[in-house]
Amino acid sequence: MSVFRAIVFSAVVAGAIVGAVVTVAQQFGTVPLILKGEVYERAADEAAQSAQPTPAAHEHADHQHNETAWEPKEGFERNAFTAAANILTAIGFALLLGGIFALRARAVTWYEGLLWGLAGFITFTVAPGLGLPPELPGVPAAALGERQVWWVATAAATAVGLALLFLRRSPWAAVLGLCLIALPHLIGAPQLEHVHTDVPEALSRNFVGIVTLTSLLFWALLGSLTGIAYRHFSTSQNKGARALSG
Amino acid sequence: MQPAQAVSLPVATSRSNTVLQAVLAMTLGLFVVFMVGFSHIDAVHNATHDVRHSNAFPCH
Repeated sequence: MSVFRAIVFSAVVAGAIVGAVVTVAQQFGTVPLILKGEVYERAADEAAQSAQPTPAAHEHADHQHNETAWEPKEGFERNAFTAAANILTAIGFALLLGGIFALRARAVTWYEGLLWGLAGFITFTVAPGLGLPPELPGVPAAALGERQVWWVATAAATAVGLALLFLRRSPWAAVLGLCLIALPHLIGAPQLEHVHTDVPEALSRNFVGIVTLTSLLFWALLGSLTGIAYRHFSTSQNKGARALSG
Repeated sequence: MQPAQAVSLPVATSRSNTVLQAVLAMTLGLFVVFMVGFSHIDAVHNATHDVRHSNAFPCH
């Protein structure tokens, strides 16, 4: 399992670094905005409990937190889980990148890794974000399951579309690739007809910008570091193997 | 089979074996991302809440 081992080693190394860096970036960028959003979320929940439920409030009530479920304590515990989840997310996406690098016949440089990382940014942030922009707590949205299906389908269609565009390089593949990239947006993301929220528009817009920037940092770092790490682990294994066979 | 090939077999990985291992690693990666970003288990949601919002995964 030498290829698998090289992918996992490089994913763990790159994922741990990127997860840690992004956690620090989020503490200054997204997390303060999420905490502000939660103030509006709590106020809306309290208002909904005391008033007649409106359709939007009812929709949101279907998906709000289960009060009896475990949740991390505010402060250190919550941030520790955020750090762990960031590292796991980075390792997960690095496993995808490492798998791609292993499938490419030749060794991947940091620069090619960076380009693959940017493809990840377009696939997993830009494309789903066009229909479902990053949202703060307290902003009502359509049913969670429907949004998740659209998100996953959009990422998949964009990934296949980009692969057809850049790896096939033939006219039919380019047309098919562009159609696949456009298709989810022609179908449209699940949206609520009426959205009422007290979360200020400027706060939401600020959040979209910061999430997108943080994600650009995430993918640029993850792509190049996974490229460097996979090159290191796969060639050091080959050297070891050659030494054994020689 | 050539003797030279037979010697290098344990270290040289065949193409289909490489593909299998790469696909296995990618499946594992997708599973990890799915658990962190998409699982409906309440405790998982609460633990990963800020990451889901920060990564623009659908949340709530």
